[in-house]
Parts: sequence; C-alpha cells; structure tokens
Amino acid sequence: TMSDPEILNKKNKKLDFWIWGIASIIFRIILIYFPKNLNLSSRPEVSTPLTNLRRLAEGYWLKQSSISPYAGSMYHGSPLLLSMLGPLTVKKIEGQPNNLLCSLIFVNADFVAALLIRATGHYLQTAYDRSLELLGISTPLGRSEALPSGEIAALVYLWNPLTIVTCLGSSTAPIENLVVILTLCGACAGLAPLAAFGWVMATHFSLYPVILIIPVVLLLGFGPDAPPRKLFIQKKFGKVGMDLSSDKSLKHKEVTTLRVSPMHFSWVNIFHFLFWACLWSIYVLLLCGISLKDYGGLSEMFRRTYGFILCVEDLSPNIGVLWYFFAEVFEFFRGFFLIVFHVNILFMILPLAIRLNHRPCFLAFVYVAISSMLKSYPSVGDAALYLGLLGLFVNELAGKLDILTNAGDMHFSFFLFCGYVGVFLLSPVMHNLWIWRGTGNANFYFATAITYACFQIILVVESVSAMLNHDRFLRKLSTTTTTTAGIS
Amino acid sequence: MLLPRQTRLVLFLLSNLFFIPITFSLVEEQEQFTEELLLKPLPDRKVLSHFHFQSRAPPTASYGHHHRLFPKAIYQLVHKYRIREMELSFTQGRWNYERWGGFDPISSNNAKPPGVELWAVFDVPEHQVDAYWKNLTHTLSGLFCASINFLESSTTYAAPEWGFQPFTGSLRYGTLPREAVCTENLTPWLKLLPCRDKAGLSALLDRPSIYKGFYHSQQLHLISAEFKSGELDSGIILEQTLTVVLQPGAKRTGLAYFQPSWSMSSIFGRQITGKCVLAKSSNVFLQIDRDAVSELKDMWKEMSVNSDKMSKSLWSNPYFELSRAPDRIKEASSINSDSASILYEFFIQKCSKSESFDLGLTWKSSFVWSCPKAPLHATRFLMGSGNERGSIAISLRTTELNRRLMDADISEETCKLRVDIFQMVPWYVKVYYHTLLVFVDEKPQALTDVIERMHVSPSEDKVSPGLMELALKLPCGLNSAALTVEFSKGFLHIDEYPPDANQGFDIPSAVISFPRFNTRLHFPKDDSERSPVLSYTEVLLVPLTTPDFSMPYNVITITCTVFALYFGSLLNVLRRRVGEEERILKEKAANKKTGWISILLSKLFAKLRGRPSESPKSPASSSSLVSLKLLLKVVLVASVAVGWQIEFLELCGFERIDGEKFLDLPIEKVDMAALVSAGSEL
Repeated sequence: TMSDPEILNKKNKKLDFWIWGIASIIFRIILIYFPKNLNLSSRPEVSTPLTNLRRLAEGYWLKQSSISPYAGSMYHGSPLLLSMLGPLTVKKIEGQPNNLLCSLIFVNADFVAALLIRATGHYLQTAYDRSLELLGISTPLGRSEALPSGEIAALVYLWNPLTIVTCLGSSTAPIENLVVILTLCGACAGLAPLAAFGWVMATHFSLYPVILIIPVVLLLGFGPDAPPRKLFIQKKFGKVGMDLSSDKSLKHKEVTTLRVSPMHFSWVNIFHFLFWACLWSIYVLLLCGISLKDYGGLSEMFRRTYGFILCVEDLSPNIGVLWYFFAEVFEFFRGFFLIVFHVNILFMILPLAIRLNHRPCFLAFVYVAISSMLKSYPSVGDAALYLGLLGLFVNELAGKLDILTNAGDMHFSFFLFCGYVGVFLLSPVMHNLWIWRGTGNANFYFATAITYACFQIILVVESVSAMLNHDRFLRKLSTTTTTTAGIS
Repeated sequence: MLLPRQTRLVLFLLSNLFFIPITFSLVEEQEQFTEELLLKPLPDRKVLSHFHFQSRAPPTASYGHHHRLFPKAIYQLVHKYRIREMELSFTQGRWNYERWGGFDPISSNNAKPPGVELWAVFDVPEHQVDAYWKNLTHTLSGLFCASINFLESSTTYAAPEWGFQPFTGSLRYGTLPREAVCTENLTPWLKLLPCRDKAGLSALLDRPSIYKGFYHSQQLHLISAEFKSGELDSGIILEQTLTVVLQPGAKRTGLAYFQPSWSMSSIFGRQITGKCVLAKSSNVFLQIDRDAVSELKDMWKEMSVNSDKMSKSLWSNPYFELSRAPDRIKEASSINSDSASILYEFFIQKCSKSESFDLGLTWKSSFVWSCPKAPLHATRFLMGSGNERGSIAISLRTTELNRRLMDADISEETCKLRVDIFQMVPWYVKVYYHTLLVFVDEKPQALTDVIERMHVSPSEDKVSPGLMELALKLPCGLNSAALTVEFSKGFLHIDEYPPDANQGFDIPSAVISFPRFNTRLHFPKDDSERSPVLSYTEVLLVPLTTPDFSMPYNVITITCTVFALYFGSLLNVLRRRVGEEERILKEKAANKKTGWISILLSKLFAKLRGRPSESPKSPASSSSLVSLKLLLKVVLVASVAVGWQIEFLELCGFERIDGEKFLDLPIEKVDMAALVSAGSEL
C-alpha cells in the first residue's frame, strides 16, 4: 500500500508524460507549417535513397503510368509503402503544405512508437523489479527512486531533435522505426503474433532488422531482461543448501521463481513466433506479389530493394562512411569490401548474443545501433531509434542502482553528447561548403561522417561495457546477500 | 497522311523542276553520282554554303555486288549491319535558329547538335538491334576516325519510340556532344566521293576556310531498301552533305551597313575548275530569299506575264548583281507567298580548266530581311544552383510565322499546335518525372489538357539513360510555353569521371519537332518525301560534384581503421571477465608452489613471446594448461606445414613410390641445365 502523496506523485508524473507527449506533437505540427518543411527533405542526413518520400512519389507516378515503380533507379522501398503513402503524395490540399497527409502519418507513427516504447519500458521495469526481488537484492535507494525508464525513453524519443527532424523530413524512417519498436514491444509482452508481424514488416522495409530475430526469440523464450541466469541458479542452490526450514514466504517465492524463472526456456512461444512469422511473411509476399504482378514481380522487388541495400549502388553522400569508400575504392576490390562490411555486422551477432543472452532487449538495442552504424544508407532516423531505446536502460546505464559504487556508470556520456551535437551541427555546414558553395571538398563532409561513426562506436562499446559492469555489480550484490543470508 | 489544309505548307517546289528526277526512271539500273552546291546569303552578313553529294547504288538483286562509283565501305556496312536508314553527323558550332532560319529544309535537316549524332534503323529482329548497333558504332569509329565507339555503352544511346522518328523498336539514337570535329573526320568522308576533293565541287573544300566558319556540319545519310521485302527495291542511296556558314572577307563595297559582297574565291579561296567527270550532274545554286528584295516580287510577276524567264533584270538589277548569268531561274513558292525565294541555277558542265567557274554576288544597296522561322523558337536551360539538384526548363516562344499562321486561322476555334519533344538525359541526371510542369503563357496547366501523348523510360543507374517523349498540343494563339522538370544529380565512382571532371557533364540536345508542318527536302527526287520541321535545343552543361581524386588510399585506410576500432573494442569489452580475472588472481595468491616443468615451460613461453617471464610462481594448473595448449598448437602447425610441404614437393614433380615412404624425383624430370648452373654458382 502506498501513501497518498506517493499516489499523487505518480499521477502527476503520468500527467506530465501526457502533457509532454502532446506538446511534442503540437510542436511537430507547428514545424510542418513552416514553409517547405524547412527544406529538411533534401538533407542527406535525413532522407536516404531508401527512405526519401520524393522517390516514393516518383515510384508511385511511374506505377500510375503503368511502368514498374522500380524502373529507373529511383524507388527502392516496399511496394506496400508505395500503395499506402503513394496516393497521399499526390493529394494536395489547397492552402496547406505539400505532403501534409504524409507528414501527419509520420507524426502519428512517432507518437505510437513512443507509446510502444513506454509500454516496453513498463514491461522491462516490472520484470527487472521482480527479478531483483527474487534475488533478494534490495536496492540502496529503494524502488520508488528508480526512474520510470519507459516514460523517459518515450519522451527522449519524442523530443529527440533527430526524431523531429526525421519526422518533418518526409522520409519513411518513422514507419520503419515504428515496426522495429512494435517487434520489441510485442516480444516483451510475450505476444508472438505481434512480434512476428513487427519483425516481418521491419525486415521487409529495411532488411537490417532481420538480425533482431535473435533478441526476439530470447525475449519470447526467457522473458524480458533479467540479471544473469547463473545468479538465479546460485541463489536456488544456495537456498536449498542453506536452510530447509525456511519460512513460507520464501517457499512461495521459490515456486514463483520456478514459474517465471528466466532459466526456463519456453519453446511454445518460439514455435508460435516462427509459425506467425511464416504466416506474416507469406502474407506480405503475397500482397507485394499482387501489387507488382504486372511489372517484374517479386524477383525484381528483391533485386531493387535488398540488392540495392547490399550492393551500395547509390553513392550519394550520407552520414555513413560507405558511400565515400565505394566512390573511391578500386573497382576490383568492390566485391571484397562489400562482403567485409556486411560480414562485420554479422560477425558481432553471435558474441553479443552469447554475452547478453539474459538481456535480450538490450541486445536488440545493441543490434539496432550496430546496424545503423554500419548500414549502407544510414540516416539520423536510425540514430533516433537507438537513442530512444537507450532510454529504456537508463537505470542500468546511469548507475542509478549502484550509486554507491558507481560501477555501472556509463563512461564518456557527456563527451558523447557533445560529440553528437557537434557532428549534427557541423555536418550541414560541411555539406553546404562542399555541395553548394564549392569551397570545401568531399573530405570535409566525410570527416564528419567518420567522426560520427567513431562516436557511435564509443556509444555502443561503452553501453555494452556499462551493462556488463552492472551485471557484475548485481552478481556481487547477490553473492553478498546469499552469504549474509547463509550466515544469518 | 491527311494534313489540315492550313498547315499543308510547302516552301520549296524545287525538285520536280529539276532534270534529274525526270531522267532518273530511265537510268534506275545504273549507279549514279550527283553533286550540288547551294549558296545563300544570310541576314547577318554571312553566307551559307551547302554541299550535297548523292551516290546511288542499284539493288544488289539486279545489279550484283560490284560497284564502279558507290563506295565499297558503305555498301559493306549496309549489308553487314542490315541498315535500313542511318544518319551520322559531325557538327561544330551551333545553328542560329533566330537568324539563319528554322523552317527551310536546310535548317530542319542539316542543323544538327554539336558533336556527333548518330541514329540508325536496323532491319533485324528486335533483340539483336543492340548488338548490331554496338558493332556499327565500332565500324563507324574506325571509318571516320572519331570516338563513335563511346556510343557502344548502353548509357549513351536510347531507343526512341515515336518522338524522334517514326520507327519503332529498331531505331537507336545516340549523341556525343563533346566530340571535336576536324579534318581527320572530313578526309575519310571525302574518300567516299568518287572524285574525292580533286575535281568537281568538292575541290572547293579548302580546309582552313571551311573550318574557320561559324557553323560546320558534315553529314552522312544512308537509305537502303535492300532488305525490304515485297517493296519496290530502289537500292542504296548515300547522301553526303556539308553545311558551312562562313563570313565573307572584308571586301567592302562602300557603306558598312551593306551586305558584304562575296564570291566563291573570296569565301573558299578556291574556284571550281570543272565538274567531277563521274558525276551525272554538277550544279551550283544561289538562293535569295525574296523577302530580301521586295522589288523582285514585281519583277517576278512581270516576268511570269511575259514568260521571259531569263530576264537580265532578275540577276543584275539596282539591288544586286551576279557575276555570271544563271542558266535557269526559278521561284520557290509557298502558300504564304511572303516567304518565297528565288533560285538561280548554274551548270558546271560548261566550264573548263581554262575558264574556271567563280560565282560572285555584289550588293548595290542595303537590305534587311529575315529567314523563315519555325513556329516556335525553343531554348533550353538549367535552373537552380549548387551541385545537388536543379531543373531543366524548355521554353518555347512564338515566332512571326506562327503569328501569321494564327492570324489566318483565328476563325477556327479548336486550333491546336502540336509539338513533339524528345529528350534524352544521362543517368547521373536523375529526373523526377512526376515533377513535370507545363506553363502556357506563364500559367500552369493541367498535364492532361496539354499533353496528348507521353512516353517515359526512366534512367537506370549506370545502365541506361532516361528518355522522355512528349507530344504537346498547345493552343494556337499562345505567346510562350515552358516545361520544367526537376532532377537531382548523381554521384559517380571516381573512375567514371572524365579527365577534366570539373568542366561538367553534357546533357544532349532535346529535339523539338512540329509534325504538322512539313518542309520539303531540297534535293531529293521523290516528290512525296517530306520531313517535319525539326530543331535542336542547346546542349546543357551540368556541373557534378567531384570526390577528392587523390584520396583513395586515405579513404580506404581511414575507413578500415574505424571498422577495426569498432570490431576490436567491442570484442575486447565482451571478452573481458572481471570476475574471472579476480578469481585467478586470488588463486595465484593462494597456491604458490609450482612444478618445475611448468616454470620451465612458462619461461620458454615468455621467451617465445619476447617478454620477460612474469612471475615464477604462476599457478601450476593454468600454466601447464597454457603450455599444453601451446604444444598442441605448435604440433598442429608443424603437422600442417609438413603435410603441405609433402604435397608441394609432389606438385613439384616428386613422386611417391608405392609402398615406400620416400619421395622420388624421376631422372627425366630433373632440369639438368638448372642443376649445372646451380653447381657452377656454388
């Protein structure tokens, strides 16, 4: 039972969240009404050849004039997005900005994504609290002091300038982010059909989320993030060896441990997930096939979407490093480096999955961050996604729990913040100098891209390291509590 | 073809009056060669000279493969590549449609875009057309010493459906706007003539004088009926034309505002010393727009009344004077009689070596006139700044001709002016076709109202150029029309830039044609052959962003370093096991006694690593484990090495004798010379 002021406090917090969330929507709508959407849609940082709405409009126009939407290397997205957003791109309302309807859809997508993040945060929080309780770890500061990570993450996502810029920049990235978040939320809630839908759609839209199958399977199998499973085993055996005549509450706890224990892998959920994933993918392919049946069919779709992503055909500048690399590298090395760069993403999947298998949601964040760093056409929309997800682990990473030792505190967070701000301020300047004024050259812009890549690397490495440190800290706490319990 | 009456407009009624077409039917089974030269003073004090050489080969079926006059190279080309029609032009300079006219056949057929333009129609199945085109470009490249072979790449040519010529499927069109044209292209062209430039009209072609002109276009047009089945076979017709706009020298006749007087010897620096004896006919024409001398109108009327066709006043009057009496004078009439012209014809047959032919024109008073122009004057330009995006605009402005026509047809309500636009853009100019806008009299129009027909084949990166064919129907009374379409600029691989990358890239000329307006060919025999009025727009120069060309190694190393940083640091974080390390340290502290073998091994291990031995009290278990692992590794590597060595030796020619464990090199396989030399070296 909570005291009245505490409940009030909670209510206030909830109210705060809604106020801030709606404020962010209003802010977006105000910005939409700025002339020409502040020209954000033409920024290379915001819209990539994959997500550009203008290319989508061209694809839709081509399809309307009974040419394949993929004819002419313009559109590289999904045919479903084309039939969903295409009609909206041509609809012009008198006196309203162009693409108003699309922009409103993106605003909605952002808001729904934020709500999903919030829900995910709640699932994670409850799971985390429960596992701490199971381990018998009492946090030094008490539960109520822990930050409501879901709400923080949702607000970070909504108010992140990168998200706002992506939403206004007429790029389809908000929808892609939405389905990725939907996957995670569905998996956290244990809803296999939802997770499967999100995963299939995310993979269909942008290919890279295909690696999220590992965290999703882990989430569905083991449940949301928890401390290492070894601790539970130790705890169990410790208890068994310690005392047989423990009080009833402890026994009751034991039973619950067995039921919701992260050690227990639920194969049923996995089969459910796989079944639904098959069903959804067949459904999506069927829809795509129907929409493309007059022009080249599915093989053309795969060649123009996945092929375009994997072969890095477009060398127009973006905030990644691959465009300049492939514009400069000798032609006969091209194939080799294409393999090297893509394998670089795949290489890290297994080690990360082994090391972080007890924290599937965090694992998903790391995967998203890595793929947004190494993908062929990155944009700030990807950064918005992983920064939003990062908010979910604010308690663990900020060392809130282990405030006394500060072991889990993420290093360089201020440095990283300054770095991100610097990169996103400098990048348009360098682009302007190179493309518009002609006083700079490509190296200027590439330098910001390299810096950005380095900052992302530091972010990923430091967050993984902080999370592992946090686990160590938990282990320490748990062993001390078991030993103290044993002594007592 | 049924044409509306008002537009059935014929400027020149020349051809049916010539002798040649009349005699043609009689000598159909003969090869023949004709040469003609047209001279025409232009309003801006320049002189147009247009050489026209025609060779004709009778059909192979009736005549056989051997030719006396017809160039063998062309005959073989036609047969090897099964060409139905082909046109190749080398042009330098830009035809000034405003001043030099855009309605007469010369400007419609001989005003070409700068550089090389080639189009060909093949008589082969559609899937083979590309292969034939590629081979043709290579052959022409060798034949004319030009880089026409660059048209081989699929990014440089396109297959227009109807916007350029009415051949579907088997037509290929390509241009090289930046190709320089010089004598090295002219010489092979002249070699195709039976008299080369030794005799006849071609002897006038003095290289310095023709290349110093304002416009220079050398063309080769081929029509072959060899492969047409079931039709009247007319053999192969090869037309070679050379159109030059020259500025007559400063031979002033008093006042500066007079048109300059000129003669053949003053503009070419040479004279005609006789006809090419192989030529069937050899004529020189002088054309004067009747606009120029309004007085001539009356004279012409007078003359037609008197039927005195050779009245001296027609070529020697108070306005101008010709240095020779013409052999014939004709009027070219048209529906609107204002823009007719007078043609003076001279036969070269008469002149001989002793008495060379030199035609001169002396102006006696000043005139201002203008040449007939196309209904709409087209210009094309780029909009926008920066190297990221822009838009192409084609602007069409009405001319006097159109205005005059419109005045005549104002009664008709549904009067529409049809304009065909054919535009090819290279792939690195990525056109957004959905942004196409059409303005008529500066007001935006709904596309469905203005566009009658549209064909778009969008460009594909590094594969094919973009192609846009538009048929516009514009209201007749318009003043101006404009089309804009937006594009974004592509980024190329470092190898795809030409040596002077910062100069920019060319967008080939757009072709604007007016299919309802016909202009009759000047010299052909066939009266029914007409071609639509055609004009080319300017070539556009698009600057593209360049990467740093000196950077490949830096970019490769820097990028790879970043990737290594990512991989290494992430793996390091994952591998670190603080708890384990602590445990091991504790264990180390706990059991201090160690076996001597392990100490020895650890020392050895340390030495192998090149580091001082860390501590002699390393725990036995871990140390022995390490050394065991090390030993295992060494053994593994050694065994692999030995295995590979044996395989290698076997590869080198050693043989394993069955049942024995030795390798044996048969004596016949030993290179004795190498052994002896090795021995001597030792």
